[in-house]
Amino acid sequence: MSITIPYQNIKYFNLTEKKDFKLEDGTLFGPITVAYETFGTLNAEKDNAVFIIHALTGDSHVTSAEDNDTVTPGWWDKLVGKGKAIDTDKYFVISSNAFGGCMGTTGPSSINPETGKQYGQSFPLITIKDMVKVQKKLVDHLGIHTLKTVIGGSLGGMSVIEWMSSFPDASDSFIVIAASYKTSSQIIAFYEVGRNAILADPNYNGGDYYESKHPDNGLTIARMLAHITYLSSHSIEEKFGRNFQNETKAGEYPYANFGPMFAIESYLRYQGKKFVERFDANSYLYLTKTMDIYDATNNAAIPLTDVLKNVKGKSLFISFNSDWHFTPADSWVMVKAMMELGKEVTYVNLDSPYGHDAFLLENNELESIVSSFIKNVRRI
Amino acid sequence: MKLPKEEINNIILNEIKEDSKVLDLGCGDGTLLKFLIDNKNVVGHGIDFNTEEIIKCIEKGISVIHWNLDNLPLDFPDSSYDMVILTQTLQQVYHPEKLILEILRVGKEAILSFPNFGSKSIRWQFLMKGKMPITSDLPNKWYNTPNIKLLTIKDFIDFCNENDIDIITQAYFKSDKGQHTKIKFLPNIMADIAVFKIRKNK
Repeated sequence: MSITIPYQNIKYFNLTEKKDFKLEDGTLFGPITVAYETFGTLNAEKDNAVFIIHALTGDSHVTSAEDNDTVTPGWWDKLVGKGKAIDTDKYFVISSNAFGGCMGTTGPSSINPETGKQYGQSFPLITIKDMVKVQKKLVDHLGIHTLKTVIGGSLGGMSVIEWMSSFPDASDSFIVIAASYKTSSQIIAFYEVGRNAILADPNYNGGDYYESKHPDNGLTIARMLAHITYLSSHSIEEKFGRNFQNETKAGEYPYANFGPMFAIESYLRYQGKKFVERFDANSYLYLTKTMDIYDATNNAAIPLTDVLKNVKGKSLFISFNSDWHFTPADSWVMVKAMMELGKEVTYVNLDSPYGHDAFLLENNELESIVSSFIKNVRRI
Repeated sequence: MKLPKEEINNIILNEIKEDSKVLDLGCGDGTLLKFLIDNKNVVGHGIDFNTEEIIKCIEKGISVIHWNLDNLPLDFPDSSYDMVILTQTLQQVYHPEKLILEILRVGKEAILSFPNFGSKSIRWQFLMKGKMPITSDLPNKWYNTPNIKLLTIKDFIDFCNENDIDIITQAYFKSDKGQHTKIKFLPNIMADIAVFKIRKNK
């Protein structure tokens, strides 16, 4: 089964037709195509562009605002759209599928023109720096010199940090939500179990599975596991508790042995099953690894203050107090570095019981913070 | 130059150098910090723990950091600010002693203001009514007050002497219907609010 992209307004930018895009490790790669969507109108001064970066498994479809034919929900509809915090009536919103992804931008499931087959594991181990460099090329291609803001959550927030480091002049402000400049070993551990589930799936076949059965079981298990890290013990308890999947009398169990007995089990299986319909296992391996490898300080070779020292505009960091994937302490380290540098930095640790997923859910405080912050952004 | 009605804000403004780095602890809705940014072009960070107040700061375009002043030590580097300001908040924290010492580590100088619990109106209410005093600067009842560590001007001066803290300037104010007027005579009895500029004696 191949992934179909249902979005009406998706556009493609051919970054390069040749093998001439220099990756962080020095090797050359190409061709590269970037799938992106834009919402709203770029003004004459070209100073109302907002670049939004998706998390691990997101895509360019950040909002359903301008889907004319069929409305497909956007992954950040709560925050982005007409009259929303990031108002597409005011701002020109750009969102692209990440380099290495599987929703239209070049990734391991793309065809390698040298072989005529999907790259699979011959795709290079790209980095967040490479992904951000591709995003910057798209912004250049759209004729925008300075963005109003670059915003993202989770892997998207890590990418914003890389923008602050690689392209500090390219935006008047930066918004980093539920993110860190490096992944903790606990989170690497969770993603490693997920990757192992994919690699151990007999259908994985060394990454060369596109013409046969896909490693759906492995990818399902990887998603089930990762999904737990996006929730909090409180939210999972509140939503599912020890409820059974079917009505059961006390002292009875509805299933023999290992069928989905509890509601939480069934929920995770459903989430995993739904995920394999829209995501490529190789992209999942590459993107999780990219996230785990990332350390903006290059494994402490550079002080964090040096990484962030060239930022000129305002920055905003937001964490959620129940998030254990990227914790408030992860945000604080960056905020502290910005304070030390005397930069204009704002930090809010929002009270939410929903864990890492909180940034995608309805949250009035998050919405007013983001909207007020962007309104007050000046040209650098 | 635009000046606010509040005499106390003017006193603070006069003590702030142009383009300096200022940290306003317990900045509330950011009114004072905005005033300092507009008039002295300071690089200012506000600190508050209340999300509603933080949002009001962001609406004003102020850089504000979410931090609880009872969470000590302050995780900010040594001497990273020219001036640290703590207005009408000292009496609301759990560890005022530790907080003042932290303020003088983080800032080269500090301005502190607090309601004087030695003022005559407070003394009068306590003596004659035998009840917890209520004033315009301390308007709450005993059971819902955020003001938990009340002090007098004399107490503060003693504290500075005991902790090698230099008092650089001081100003005393009488409150009347939300307006403050400067006074000099018998401050520990006459003043409702005290403002001190201090630094650590090296």
